[in-house]
Amino acid sequence: MAEIKEFRLQCPTPLNDGDYVQLAHGGGGRRMHELLEGLLLPSFSNDILLQRHDGATFSIGGTRLAFTTDSYVVRPLFFPGGDIGTLAINGTVNDLAMCGARPLYLSSALILEEGLPMETLRRIVESMRSSAELAEVQLVTGDTKVVDKGKGDGIFINTAGIGVVEGDVSISPKNVRPGDAILLSGDIGRHGIAIMATREGLSFESAIESDCAPLWEPVKALLGAGVKIHCLRDLTRGGLSSGLIEIAEASGTRNAIQEVFIPVREEVVGACEILGLDPLYLANEGRFIAFVPQPEAERAIEILRKFSVSSEAVCIGRVLDGPAGLVTMKTQLGTERLVDMLSGEQLPRIC
Amino acid sequence: MKYVEEYRDAAAAKQYVAAIARIVTRPWTIMEICGGQTHAIVKYGIDELLPRQITLAHGPGCPVCVTSVELIDKALRIAAQQNVIFCSFGDMLRVPGSTIPTSPNAGPGGTGDLFSVKAAGGDVRIVYSPMDAVQIAKQNPDKQVVFFAVGFETTAPANAMSVYHAKQSGLTNYSVLVSHVLVPPAMEAILSSPTNCVQGFLAAGHVCTVMGYTEYYPIAAKYRVPIVVTGFEPLDLLQGIYMCVLQLEQGRCEVENQYGRAVRREGNVPAQDLVAKVFRVVDRKWRGIGGIPRSGLGLADDYAQFDAETRFGVSQYTAQEDPECISGLIMQGARRPEQCSAYGSRCTSDHPLGAPMVSSEGACAAYYRYRRLRTEAGAPVEGGNRG
Repeated sequence: MAEIKEFRLQCPTPLNDGDYVQLAHGGGGRRMHELLEGLLLPSFSNDILLQRHDGATFSIGGTRLAFTTDSYVVRPLFFPGGDIGTLAINGTVNDLAMCGARPLYLSSALILEEGLPMETLRRIVESMRSSAELAEVQLVTGDTKVVDKGKGDGIFINTAGIGVVEGDVSISPKNVRPGDAILLSGDIGRHGIAIMATREGLSFESAIESDCAPLWEPVKALLGAGVKIHCLRDLTRGGLSSGLIEIAEASGTRNAIQEVFIPVREEVVGACEILGLDPLYLANEGRFIAFVPQPEAERAIEILRKFSVSSEAVCIGRVLDGPAGLVTMKTQLGTERLVDMLSGEQLPRIC
Repeated sequence: MKYVEEYRDAAAAKQYVAAIARIVTRPWTIMEICGGQTHAIVKYGIDELLPRQITLAHGPGCPVCVTSVELIDKALRIAAQQNVIFCSFGDMLRVPGSTIPTSPNAGPGGTGDLFSVKAAGGDVRIVYSPMDAVQIAKQNPDKQVVFFAVGFETTAPANAMSVYHAKQSGLTNYSVLVSHVLVPPAMEAILSSPTNCVQGFLAAGHVCTVMGYTEYYPIAAKYRVPIVVTGFEPLDLLQGIYMCVLQLEQGRCEVENQYGRAVRREGNVPAQDLVAKVFRVVDRKWRGIGGIPRSGLGLADDYAQFDAETRFGVSQYTAQEDPECISGLIMQGARRPEQCSAYGSRCTSDHPLGAPMVSSEGACAAYYRYRRLRTEAGAPVEGGNRG
């Protein structure tokens, strides 16, 4: 390779990241993690925050509580299978459930844009009411602000939630052990495609509905049956890949999965093919992964399959020793590849 | 799924791999032209299934990667202007511009990427089709709407249609920043290089859907290389490789079509006619490779008023490729991504230094995404229990 000599094998100085927040900083990928690690975690560092879980768990007067918050800025406000109201309740309920906590009380802060049709607000509030009822949580406090027209996107919702952790439940990435089975509660990618299709006016032969749903019931059943759950994670932004990578990094293990076991609906596969997207990175709002000791995997799957929200639960892989922080996938063809975390959101390709 | 899962069948793939192993008797280097093919090869590990004698070289067929840094800079400058709505396919938004603008009028907007311009207040929008950009122009008569018309022959018809439609509807606020490139001149540039190591090609299936494959006959004859029009699924690629190896072993150099379910010999003639009406063949600078004569498309004289470069006065702007980047060698198949000293350290998908690391179809991005830490991740994967 003599021709190489004339080239200096050295690349230019890295680009400055820029002085502005970019959408990728909220995309659930590497950029968001950089923001967390670089600014937010160091600023508020404490033992509870550093649990790095979906919610914080702590004890007050001998009672273990879980506490979490989330903001909902989805556009469009209404999509097949749900709306911003169902998301605002289920998202926070699910973060509590992932701590192994029974969701109890929620707060809700509404930021409304001047000019939002009152009928739209009514529909969203009704969705929140019925979702809260279904998830058996009470909305006990709240706040409402209105901003000038053009300063908001119709409506933004923040909810926070408190739940109680009962018994000697300990669910955390640090409990994940080599040999654990990795269970997935159902098919992936429907929420991401439902949102994208509505947002961009893409229509498919059959409407793809979001999987938005509360997840406490199946988790409660697992705990009630005495399944030793090591860790849970709901798969929202960043999808299955981000969930697996975050846990591999936090637990210092390697998550090894098999592509053929991951359920993806045919219409989601089709939409991904058209748009050049990978289902592993698509958002979900009613799916989770569970890490349980291998001997308990079969029983856990049986329990999960009794609930409609997790009726397609399946084991997708195993936790291995290392290298730490890695997720690898055996492809359909039997080769093995890395599953990487994206920088920000997936971008539709050119052709 | 119909027409997808069938082409990813593991048992059929094994049969093809075995068939290739049976016919190969010596080392061969085959180049897949298209970035979509590169991505599928690395994603599915197809090159690892093949006999050792076969080397796959990754070609220049990623439109994001080969768009010259000069054009990226021009896009950044136009997008940063007030009163402009800049529309692009998603992939282009993360491509970094130059760090060293050399023209005397270089000003703000010469560095960063389109996402940075958007974060700083520019109206940059991702569209799925250039016709969406035409629609935005109709809805915003007081704004200038610019579409970044990149791509090979595959995207040229839709981009041509947008300009044709804009002219038909008398739109004066729509223009295109054109950076179209053509496959055959790039193949000739690779084949005529003194350091060429490519002995056979997998031609890009989607390009041929539009163009057909008769334009490859003279190349196959002149350079005595087999050219197999190939699709993008694992079985397409394995079949294409099989056909190419068979030709090499038999000493043939013909143009064959593996992708018959999508490609006809003559291609899509109405699409070709539209492209010929709106565009004309021009010289084009390829990022990392340099200028190749008659290797691109620019607007034809009748449609020159839709040229964003003229409209925004950036046609004279020049920028220099960083001489230290080896993306040119990577896109000619002379180097592999991991042979770059910056790969995976100073150059990652979060902080790309060169275009092949940015695009989902770029060779560096594919290696980084699927193969990083390969040597550390050798243990077998267990799992299953699907009931």
